[in-house]
Amino acid sequence: MTGKSAVPRTILLLAPLLLFLGLAYVVPFLGVIRWSVTLPEPGLGQYRAVLTDPLVQSVFIRTLRICLIVTAAALVMAYAIAYVWVRGTPTQRMLAEFCILVPFWISVLTRAFGWLALLSNRGLINTWLQAAGIISEPLALARNEFGVIVGMTHFLIPFAVFPIASAMRSIDERVLLAARGMGASRSRIFWSVFVPLTYGGLIGAALIVFVFALGFFVTPAILGGGRSVMVAELVYLRIFQSPDWGLGAAISVVLVIFIGILLALMRRFIKPAHLVG
Amino acid sequence: MPQGIQLGDAKAAEIKAVSIGKTFGAFRALKDLSLDIGRGEFLTLLGPSGSGKTTFLMILAGFTAPSEGRLMMDGKDITDVPAEDRSYGMVFQGYALFPHLNVEQNIAFPLKVRGRSSADIKRRVGEMIERVGLVGHEKKLPTKLSGGQQQRVALARALAFEPSVLLLDEPFSALDKNLREMMQEEVKRLHQETGTTFVFVTHDQSEALALSSRVAIFNHGELLQVGRPQDVYERPANRFVAEFLGEINLLPLGALRLDGDKAAGQFEDRTIVLSQTGPQIGPNAVAAVRPEHMTIAATQQNPDHNAIACRIEDATYLGAVTKYHLKTRTGTSIAVSMPTAATTGFAHRSDVWVSWPTEQGFLLPQQG
Ligand SMILES: Nc1ncnc2c1ncn2[C@@H]1O[C@H](COP(=O)(O)OP(=O)(O)OP(=O)(O)O)[C@@H](O)[C@H]1O
Ligand SMILES: [Mg+2]
Repeated sequence: MTGKSAVPRTILLLAPLLLFLGLAYVVPFLGVIRWSVTLPEPGLGQYRAVLTDPLVQSVFIRTLRICLIVTAAALVMAYAIAYVWVRGTPTQRMLAEFCILVPFWISVLTRAFGWLALLSNRGLINTWLQAAGIISEPLALARNEFGVIVGMTHFLIPFAVFPIASAMRSIDERVLLAARGMGASRSRIFWSVFVPLTYGGLIGAALIVFVFALGFFVTPAILGGGRSVMVAELVYLRIFQSPDWGLGAAISVVLVIFIGILLALMRRFIKPAHLVG
Repeated sequence: MPQGIQLGDAKAAEIKAVSIGKTFGAFRALKDLSLDIGRGEFLTLLGPSGSGKTTFLMILAGFTAPSEGRLMMDGKDITDVPAEDRSYGMVFQGYALFPHLNVEQNIAFPLKVRGRSSADIKRRVGEMIERVGLVGHEKKLPTKLSGGQQQRVALARALAFEPSVLLLDEPFSALDKNLREMMQEEVKRLHQETGTTFVFVTHDQSEALALSSRVAIFNHGELLQVGRPQDVYERPANRFVAEFLGEINLLPLGALRLDGDKAAGQFEDRTIVLSQTGPQIGPNAVAAVRPEHMTIAATQQNPDHNAIACRIEDATYLGAVTKYHLKTRTGTSIAVSMPTAATTGFAHRSDVWVSWPTEQGFLLPQQG
């Protein structure tokens, strides 16, 4: 193949995907944009509402808070798993790989209900703790923000593991040996050589987790029990459970713009190849 | 060396390897290797790829534990001392600079590890940067430096904390010829200035000969010979060493007679006389003569020199020297390199005499 025909060929290969995305996402979303500026009457009134309505505000703030906590928690745990996966003994590596891949085979719904079974008032943890006499009243582990954070973190850890592990794998072993040869202790090598060399992977992982977390719907809906509503659930409630389509549409548009900005940032900071490991 | 000096803080250390062996599974990478490395000396480990040079260097550094044998430094057994406590300077193949730290920070790293004061670090880093000629590049990241500059950072970083031993693993293998020669000069100068013990790995024989106070030649995990460059080059212990250190002509000798420090034997219809200070040799031996020790002339000149009749097959002009390929009457190949200025443009296929002084050749066993 010559260089000339390479571009049309790429487009041809991508065409089915582009067509699908166009029909399934872009066209309907144009409709959503139209609702946001026409319902119930033409104008930017709904956007004003997004910026002023205390309920919408509180949901946005809660979403940001949950996403930040989930991102931080997922990064810390993913870092530990990635470390074992990349630098552990063969058995440890296998175990880590198992822990990373198995969640992928289980649907998000199943996992959310799984956590509910563990965390709810009559769930396993509370019943055990009560049976053991450690607590008398059940702890509020689910149907609140805590439950949402646990469920989302669990779901998102594998997505953070890949970019981090990829960064760890590309570290030159000799650089670590060099640090050792200069008399550096293990913890010094880890904190002042190993970790800084994985910053790229950490930033990538943080952006992926954060962007995914922003649009979460199923997990907060189940584990939040309606008391910890996040943006995606708010859009759902506005559109399906109230006649307030315009506001729901405006919230969606704001969310999409916000995610677009984050994705643009992500492209600046990391190469796509690093995201898949 | 005064008593009580801390490990790794002496200006130059003396290392003694005693019967070091290393096996990887069933593979013996090093076999019964004993070697004394003198205080402040520049020792080169020379050998073909896979001969165990890096393995030995890693054992010296403490990154790899030997399977057998002991390692002594200044009379103390350091076999079980981990690398971070030996704290030798090390320049890795491919430099192994910290990619996230700039030139200054790279050089400062070992000093920070040692808990030096920031004023002290600043002074020492400035000194090292000047010494290796990197002034003006202090704030650059390694990826923004050329290969030669990265090499200089690696050297400065390894020498910054004044290690008692500096280990260098093929530090110049990625550099082009000019840069390589420049860096060789620089390393030689650094060695003289610091007085530190240098152990340098290379598979380039001319580099080894040019730099070292002594050369240790490795093959298949065995130490074949250690000696000053002149010794190993002119009096190699065996054929491998002779051939590895440079091109050499081998003339099978018949009717060998040993007579004190002289040996004489028959090659074609000529008697070849050699000074014989090398190892004991059996009845079958070859005369070994370096191409640059031979000269070509139209007639037989000095009757005290060895001379054989040859025919010129080919000449290669290499600038300062010209290299001739010749054949003896019975078809043995001979190579001679002569200063181009000394050649008078011998004609192709002309019959000439190749001669060399008796003290320039040496005997080697026929086999091995
Ligand atoms: N960790 C290891 N496991 C198994 N075999 C090894 C290991 N390290 C080295 N070897 C083997 O030991 C032998 C010597 O290796 P070494 O790296 O010391 O050679 P070298 O002389 O440095 O060669 P080069 O000039 O190519 O760097 C090689 O055959 C190599 O394959
Ligand atoms: Mg090597």
